[in-house]
Amino acid sequence: MGAKQFGARVARMEDPALLSGRGRFVDDIKFPGMLHACFVRSPHAHARIGGIDASAARALPGVHAVLTADDLPAPMDLNRMPMLVPNPAIAASLTQHCLARDEVCYVGQAVAVVLADSRYIAEDAIALVEVEYDVLPAVSDYRSADKPDAPRAHLTLDDNVASKFRMAYGDADAAFASAPHVFTEHIWQHRGGGMALEARAVVANPDATGGLLTVWSATQTPHICRRMLADLLDRDLESIRVIAPDVGGGFGPKAIFYAEEAVIPATALKLRRPVKWTEDRREHFMCATQERDQLWTVSIAVDDGGKILGVRGTLLHDTGAFVPWGIIMPYIAAATMPGPYVIPNYALDIKVVLTNKVATTPVRGAGRPQAVFAMERLMDRVARELKLDAAEVRFRNFIQPQQMPYAVGLTFRDGKPLVYDSGDYPKAQNEALRMIDYAAFKQRKAVAREQGRFIGIGIGNYVEGTGLGPYEGVTVRVLPNGKVAVATGATNQGQGTRTTLGQIVADRVGCRFEEIVMTVGDTAAIPQGVGAFASRQAVNAGSSAMIASEVVRTQVIKLAAQTLGVPESDIDVEDGIAVARSGNRPSLTFRELARLAQGMPGFSLPPGQTPGLEHTAYFTPPQASYCSGTHLVEVEVDPMTGAVKILNYAVAHDSGTIINPMIVDGQIQGGVAHGIGNALLEWMRYDENAQPLTTTFADYLIPMATDVPTCKIVHVESPSPLNPLGVKGAGEGGTIPAAAAIVAAAEDALSEFGVHFAETPLVPERIIDALRAVDAYARLSEIA
Amino acid sequence: MATRSISLLVNGRRYEREVEARLTLADLLRHELALTGTHVGCEHGVCGACTVLIDGRTARSCLTFAVQVDGCEVTTVEGLAPAEGELNVLQQAFQDHHGLQCGFCTPGMLMTLTELLRDNPDPTESEVRDVLTGNLCRCTGYAGIVAAALEAARRLRVQQGS
Repeated sequence: MGAKQFGARVARMEDPALLSGRGRFVDDIKFPGMLHACFVRSPHAHARIGGIDASAARALPGVHAVLTADDLPAPMDLNRMPMLVPNPAIAASLTQHCLARDEVCYVGQAVAVVLADSRYIAEDAIALVEVEYDVLPAVSDYRSADKPDAPRAHLTLDDNVASKFRMAYGDADAAFASAPHVFTEHIWQHRGGGMALEARAVVANPDATGGLLTVWSATQTPHICRRMLADLLDRDLESIRVIAPDVGGGFGPKAIFYAEEAVIPATALKLRRPVKWTEDRREHFMCATQERDQLWTVSIAVDDGGKILGVRGTLLHDTGAFVPWGIIMPYIAAATMPGPYVIPNYALDIKVVLTNKVATTPVRGAGRPQAVFAMERLMDRVARELKLDAAEVRFRNFIQPQQMPYAVGLTFRDGKPLVYDSGDYPKAQNEALRMIDYAAFKQRKAVAREQGRFIGIGIGNYVEGTGLGPYEGVTVRVLPNGKVAVATGATNQGQGTRTTLGQIVADRVGCRFEEIVMTVGDTAAIPQGVGAFASRQAVNAGSSAMIASEVVRTQVIKLAAQTLGVPESDIDVEDGIAVARSGNRPSLTFRELARLAQGMPGFSLPPGQTPGLEHTAYFTPPQASYCSGTHLVEVEVDPMTGAVKILNYAVAHDSGTIINPMIVDGQIQGGVAHGIGNALLEWMRYDENAQPLTTTFADYLIPMATDVPTCKIVHVESPSPLNPLGVKGAGEGGTIPAAAAIVAAAEDALSEFGVHFAETPLVPERIIDALRAVDAYARLSEIA
Repeated sequence: MATRSISLLVNGRRYEREVEARLTLADLLRHELALTGTHVGCEHGVCGACTVLIDGRTARSCLTFAVQVDGCEVTTVEGLAPAEGELNVLQQAFQDHHGLQCGFCTPGMLMTLTELLRDNPDPTESEVRDVLTGNLCRCTGYAGIVAAALEAARRLRVQQGS
């Protein structure tokens, strides 16, 4: 048996091309005669469209067309875009038109599209398109969107409430009525973005007959994109191929199907020319979906020992102007709140409101960071009020490993009962405490304080539903040249999908990792596919890769045994060779076997043999698998500037069995960086008219190399019993508890002033405001 | 639109082109010279994905006009490897230390670090992080990039010492 790939720090097969400038991203694709698109976008958050005069733009040399909604093919001219995840609890089922018809509902909504010989000319031309807007009042602050006197986010709405629902079990009211202690927190969390370094991009190329439309999109979900296009263009699915080539980061917003992904193919078909659109960063800030605006009012009831009796409250969620991904995020948030703790009684009332901002859809974490922030703020509050250690309060409330599988009492986003499959929460917290010597922290804090420095520590615990269905497929095929082709509907935006699936296939088929030819993100490679979201690919595609590989290995063994005239039990397969253990060890290479398996023209296959050495598996998980972990953070706060510096960051992470520790570490480290942004920096701001204010990387800050320490990471591996590999998702856990831990640490650093933080991001001015409010500066100058 | 003729060396090869005055260097490289390794992440000079070397010094190719490099020598990510199919020391260290995930920011990172390691063969971690503040990465959290830079510096010193 060759070196085992599964579980090893295998170097990525993606890297050599990307390191030498030979990657192929959508904007790298070029065709002769290709036109360049640029969108005319609404400058207003809410307006009625009067008329559109594109005559000056059309007259500009190099402009080929300016198209508005009426110029689009049926049915996408009149129909709204499909809702991707419908739910009966959605009252206002609003998605947008591909190009706005009568009304625009957020700044940046696409109104018309210009097609020109170059991007430069297209940009010149959009400035010449005259759109008559009748400006309407806009809903900006979602906290007042449900008030009777609030403007309506859409002309057709009676109110701005998109959905109201309750998530509950037990009897929270009874628990609160008799509880010795009840504490309430008001928590305000702001929106940010995925901010992949590559913005969105689409190239569409119809073939000469118009019979096949090929679309390249910087998407996480090419198969979903293909289905949406078939609906919106009223074409056969078979006449559309969607390819996600190298994609420069996803983080959720690229899982959505966007209006531009429909409009560009439509224009290409109409003009019978290849068309490219590459989003610029300003458009990305305005039009790519965002997340995290949530307002929580939550209470916790505890006994004298800090044991939780109940949690209840309300959650207000801003979905923005439309509901393209349903109400998944507030739903996930409500289901994530109980986390790793035994909470006997729980009730959360959720209201989802529409505003005149770009829609919110999952961004790395998808509602979970907000829920964990809310829950962990409550736990810290209990610790403070009852004068208990923050870690101790958590230990007293953890679900114990022997309680697994643990039924929380809710229904999760997958429609299945929320049942944690495995995990050891006390162990994870112990590991995190050990990694940065929690026991000695009080002493470190005292020493720092003597030096005039303010350091603090914070804990964030979480449980995350990962590996969601419906399925992901993998085809494994031995090629006539002896290599092994692997095709999957799973996609890659940096996760190393090719490498991890390749590791599984190499081990299970019995071939060299280097001999694997991987196709991801191409609808022509496998008929059914879903794509990357909800930390689902290792579970779904990983399991399918294993199942398909084992079937192919069986085929190899059968054919080799038959050909060599030895029993099947006598055949070993390794490094692409089937070898008989007996006699003079006769063998057949994959190359020889693949040719045998093809059959000969005119001759029937032997009984029982299937054509080729090939199998496709579609694994569907019975339910989510629940990953979990503890983050422990030590920070220093400068009270004079409000700056928070992260000194030490430890992660104890449980994503079940690990396929490639190097890649999982990278996912965690990168997730933490995103979480640091959420905790301290990233705030997509709008003015009172819902006009976006932060549309550059100079205004909207994402973490730099000096903001993110290298984390200490320990893997607590509790294999999932729900899939054959025992794996769980790992892409979002790094982000989910980060803000909870960091904000708690900042609060702890300033504990002597009694300041309290319940907002993300915790920007410097909030720290200064809080210190001023308690007259801290007078005390600080006395000390000085 | 008025055009001007320019002549420049890119990765050692001479190019002569008629360009519009407003054409950016990034667009010249990517769309006129088919050197698509240089990426454009923000078009406003913050993210650093488009970083190239102009006469040996790092510059944002999204904020540089093609006409400004008339007579200059430009190095892009395509010019780093010693030969097709090979990686240089820094590129290899990136693979060994998982210094890239999606790979979009990577060309800019490599160009910035190429300049750093040339000018400062033995940088501290904090010097590496400092110089990397000009390049944003959304995937990695920088740990692998910093480790790769320090390891590449070490390997280069060993190479030059031997």
